Amino acid sequence: MSARRHALVRWLQHDRRAKWLGLTLCIVALVVLPFALDASVGRTWVRVIDLALLYTMLALGLNIVVGFAGLLDLGYIAFYAVGAYTYALLASPHFGLHLPWWVLLPAGAVLAAFFGVVLGAPTLRLRGDYLAIVTLGFGEIIRIFLNNLNAPINITNGPQGVNLIDPINIAGVSFARTTPLLGIPFPGTHLHYYLFLVLAALVMFVCIRLEDSRVGRAWVAIREDEIAALAMGINTRNIKLLAFAMGATFGGVAGGLFSSLQGFVSPESFVVWESITVLCMVVLGGMGHVAGVVLGALMLATLPELLRHTAAPMQQQLFGKVILDPESLRMLLFGLALILVMLLRPAGLWPSPTRRRELTSARAPGAV
Amino acid sequence: MDIFLQQILNGLVLGSVYALVALGYTMVYGILGLINFAHGEVVMVGALVSLSVVELLLGTNLGLPAPLLGAVGLMVAIGVCMTLGFSIERIAYRPLRRAPRLAPLITAIGVSILLQTLAMLIWGRRYHTVPALIPPTPHAVAGATITNVQILIIVVSALIMAGLMGLVHFTRLGRAMRATAENPVVAGLMGVNINRIISATFVIGSALAAVAGVLVSSNYGVAHYYMGFVLGLKAFTAAVLGGIGNLAGAMVGGLLLGLIESLGAGYVGDLTGGFLGSHYQDVFAFLVLITVLVFRPTGLLGERLSERA
Repeated sequence: MSARRHALVRWLQHDRRAKWLGLTLCIVALVVLPFALDASVGRTWVRVIDLALLYTMLALGLNIVVGFAGLLDLGYIAFYAVGAYTYALLASPHFGLHLPWWVLLPAGAVLAAFFGVVLGAPTLRLRGDYLAIVTLGFGEIIRIFLNNLNAPINITNGPQGVNLIDPINIAGVSFARTTPLLGIPFPGTHLHYYLFLVLAALVMFVCIRLEDSRVGRAWVAIREDEIAALAMGINTRNIKLLAFAMGATFGGVAGGLFSSLQGFVSPESFVVWESITVLCMVVLGGMGHVAGVVLGALMLATLPELLRHTAAPMQQQLFGKVILDPESLRMLLFGLALILVMLLRPAGLWPSPTRRRELTSARAPGAV
Repeated sequence: MDIFLQQILNGLVLGSVYALVALGYTMVYGILGLINFAHGEVVMVGALVSLSVVELLLGTNLGLPAPLLGAVGLMVAIGVCMTLGFSIERIAYRPLRRAPRLAPLITAIGVSILLQTLAMLIWGRRYHTVPALIPPTPHAVAGATITNVQILIIVVSALIMAGLMGLVHFTRLGRAMRATAENPVVAGLMGVNINRIISATFVIGSALAAVAGVLVSSNYGVAHYYMGFVLGLKAFTAAVLGGIGNLAGAMVGGLLLGLIESLGAGYVGDLTGGFLGSHYQDVFAFLVLITVLVFRPTGLLGERLSERA
């Protein structure tokens, strides 16, 4: 059995036709997925997947900062907020501006990167946990400003948020409406799905390439031992700033996409808990491992939704009444899952091979 | 001038509560190098447990004197929180002592979510009114007013902090705690039972949290399941401001943060010509924190430590 499986794996890995076949099947599955979901469990699920893909981009961005460079950032959602509000303010009736998305997404990314550098420049010489609290404070500052900058001059429209944000519009195809393409009607959620999928794949590709690049190796060196990295001639300050800026860029792009998907943003979406959720995705999946982080993001974004839809009917069947409302049950299980997964797999669900090696060899007696 | 004094007094009251909670963070950090994210929730549990006990006793109509009721509520809350702190350390942190640094942070977040949800299921989502056991009578101090409850808060916190300092500096347990904070391995070789010391640290910190919870809820007159998160965040900020891992630092940081917040809330509007209102008090607090850390990266009273290897 095992030998046969081995042969199968080898065939899949080494035969070029098998590789192409697998890749093609994956792509076909991903292309068909929204239609399959729509037909089987309803359109809300396509939307859940859309959001999960956004979270994947966010988690990959945070992974650069936390996973690669080892800088604990508890205010990452601020960059998401910067991207989202950049898009929202410049493409909505709020200011009467309607700039196109291909201007706004890069603009949001650049602005987020700028904020990343502004935050990072004075604070990056802080030790790990001091940095954590400063980033957390920064996240809160951004949110409080978004919440209160409606008086005396109305810039962000305060707690009410910004409404009626323009959807993304590619070659005359608006992502807000159902559009027939090649005779098949594509609803907006499906179009968003394809766009997000392509972008998430792009971000993944960039991250994987970064990991093995000169910069990526410098990040890992800083994470493992900053003084040694400095001694090896790495300009630690600039390289750390680069990690902050890169992470922020991805956050900014994801924020812009969020605005266009929702059509509405308010400061409510950018609270501390959001930063913490994204951090949980990164750590739970396997810090510093791109595939692990993607797994973590997809799981944490979809499983709670699954629970939301199944918890109440299941209790109805089992006990005849709903004992715990789904929202509380979701939070209870989320908390339990965080604890249990970390206790059983401290390096995450799918850690990178090097990380796993370090962990198993670090169990020398006397190590603290 | 009297407004200034009033804000100072309010700041002191707020600050002493922050200081009590910050001590819990800083003790754990000093020994384990770990942000005990669930500490704020322990404060919340303390406040709600004492509230329930007091309400229960009031309901029985035994005609017990009010101060006794308060004391019983406080004692039960302290007991519950100590047990809670002990169990949190045992379940969520001890198995992860050798794990990567962020793993215990995530379990702490998990515990925090769990406690919050459980509290919501037990006590509901509503804001509970805390019965005023001691009727607040205002006293005039040089143009400002302070209630007897507020005076009590300041006095109780000061006493507890003095007691803690005594414990840490003049007892056997305190010496063992300091030794463990300095170097756990060597402390272990010297015959200190590190696991017991760590448990003791969590238990003491949780007791302080329970007191803080009771004090803060009786000051504002409300308690609810979400109160721990923001309070914990502020207290952690205070601990970092003073230099995390340093007991005196936590007290200074707590008082300072309380003062900054209340003065900030009172004067931000005037300083900026009405452009920024008092909703910016948190911004003010975090800006001060960032500024302090930029010039003193280890906090106000923190030692100059090199990066932990």
